[in-house]
Amino acid sequence: MQTYDVAENGLRGLNAALQAQSDETNQTSWEVQNPKGSHAIAVGLDAPIEVTVKGSTGYYCAGMNQQATIRVEGSVGPGVAENMMSGTVVVEGDASQYAGATGHGGLLVIKGNASSRCGISMKGIDIVVHGNIGHMSAFMAQAGNLVVCGDAGDALGDSLYEARLFVRGSVKSLGADCIEKEIRPEHLELLADLLERAGANARPEEFKRYGSARQLYNFDVDNTAAY
Amino acid sequence: MKETKNSIPRTMPIQSATFSNPINAEIRRAAATGIYDIRGGGAKRKVPHFDDLLFLGASVSRYPLEGYRERCDTSVTLGTRFAKNPIQLDIPITIAGMSFGALSGPAKEALGRGASMAGTSTTTGDGGMTPEERGHSSKLVYQYLPSRYGMNPDDLRKADAIEIVVGQGAKPGGGGMLLGQKISDRVAEMRTLPKGIDQRSACRHPDWTGPDDLEIKILELREITGWQVPIYVKVGATRPYYDTALAVKAGADVVVMDGMQGGTAATQDVFIEHVGIPTLACIRPAVQALQDLGVHREVQLVISGGIRTGADVAKAMALGADAVAIGTAALIALGDNDPKWESEYQKLGTTTGAYDDWHEGQDPAGITTQDPELAARLDPVEAGRRLRNYLKVMTLEAQTIARACGHNHLHNLEPEDLCALTMEAAAMAKVPLAGTDWYPGKAVF
Repeated sequence: MQTYDVAENGLRGLNAALQAQSDETNQTSWEVQNPKGSHAIAVGLDAPIEVTVKGSTGYYCAGMNQQATIRVEGSVGPGVAENMMSGTVVVEGDASQYAGATGHGGLLVIKGNASSRCGISMKGIDIVVHGNIGHMSAFMAQAGNLVVCGDAGDALGDSLYEARLFVRGSVKSLGADCIEKEIRPEHLELLADLLERAGANARPEEFKRYGSARQLYNFDVDNTAAY
Repeated sequence: MKETKNSIPRTMPIQSATFSNPINAEIRRAAATGIYDIRGGGAKRKVPHFDDLLFLGASVSRYPLEGYRERCDTSVTLGTRFAKNPIQLDIPITIAGMSFGALSGPAKEALGRGASMAGTSTTTGDGGMTPEERGHSSKLVYQYLPSRYGMNPDDLRKADAIEIVVGQGAKPGGGGMLLGQKISDRVAEMRTLPKGIDQRSACRHPDWTGPDDLEIKILELREITGWQVPIYVKVGATRPYYDTALAVKAGADVVVMDGMQGGTAATQDVFIEHVGIPTLACIRPAVQALQDLGVHREVQLVISGGIRTGADVAKAMALGADAVAIGTAALIALGDNDPKWESEYQKLGTTTGAYDDWHEGQDPAGITTQDPELAARLDPVEAGRRLRNYLKVMTLEAQTIARACGHNHLHNLEPEDLCALTMEAAAMAKVPLAGTDWYPGKAVF
């Protein structure tokens, strides 16, 4: 176990040390102490290492992650796992705005609640939120899966493309072009896998699926009220 | 007046200046189609521009340099504020961001070839970084755009600089538009969207909401790239003083200010022509902001939007810019709107010099298209050579002017080398009306 104290040694040294790890590293387990809400903790990692952050973080924790498994024993600020490509990020607490924004791949698990714009512009990332999510989540979401074990706020999935949204609780309102869709066996299978990987205590049958009506894919003057 | 058969004079038909033929045609087109006009390029309306300024060559009160014998340096370094590896360029003319998707693969390759031969940089766009673009560009700026299409940290680390695009001069506050007919398999894959649908990129970054967030975003990008490369912030010119000041506050190494003549791949004509301010009008406020903050020349200013000649380059630099970027002019240098395609332009209902329906993907020159047959018309080696020549000519022109004004470096050009032909240009550029010592807004008592 490697330990790094952010308060004592600074942010640059932390990210430099973590980014220096390769596929062949022996230093596979890291503990980050005293993050104290710092921004850009453990960003740009690209090695199959495990990083545990002991405390809450600021903006963009685990940004653009590749391969690494990053666990935050606290809550995270805006933009956690921004543009993640692969790997896993687990937040034991709550997440602020735009969790998993523009993520291309990997798994983001939020064990608490996520604020507004969760999964905005997601491009292939899988996001599992144990609690609730705020308004305008999955806005313009292109690909990937957003699983919400609690409730969703206003305008869920507004103007989304091919991302799949699964919500167990209530949805305050659906955004433009977002509709409820049939859950088929392949969706139950997908959900079961995601819930298991995320350690979520929920059954796939309890969820509803939402997706794009595909009415806004090409500009049509008769749809102007929806734009 | 003309006379009728029975010799009663009748009023001459008069075209309305308000309801002109082009306006009427647009009304008819909108009524027939139910959609606003979408096109590429920048503002076509006449606005105060660099042509409204003149240089004051040296005579008695100033001393010129010998045109073909005395050296006039053109080099520029961008990103000296925080980056460990600033960009060193031989000339202060760079290639603006234009996406693969909007442009064909051979066109992007040609831009890289031409820029590299001229000793300058080129820039990616909404589609992300292609291997051929990185391979042919000795200095490549990677755009970090609101859409984040094709964005990934591996490409980020391959870049020589990162440009955070907040806006473009053609559409400040607006997003891009790539209509379905231009979405090839490769473009669809790069953008993670289905083939054939309209791809409307976002007008704002999804994960930040203001200048304070921008500061933290810049920190994240620096941490990911190890503080090695410069961070540019590009804005569409609307409030240049405050936007520049806030970009500096957020930590930008370079501010890129794009005026309303700056091009785009495709957006609404009404946006292009009616949002934003002219390039000429944005330079002095941006420079003033840098000066007020004490960072002029420490944070470099790149000006873009309708730069065409060495005179434009020299004028932008005299007003305080460190470099300029060109987009539309570079495409013309490659061969876009070339008269040799006139018959094909006419088939598309347009003519050479006016073709701007780049979003339709039918560009006869093979530049703004994803049609493989059309794209094959552009030889990237030859087009790259043409761009290199053009960049060299612009540089020579700017040097010629600088020497005539007595300067041994383009950066030594200054507002005192200029006068204005019109009141509007004098006010915007803050240089005196020709033959006077006055410009609008200047206190004389």
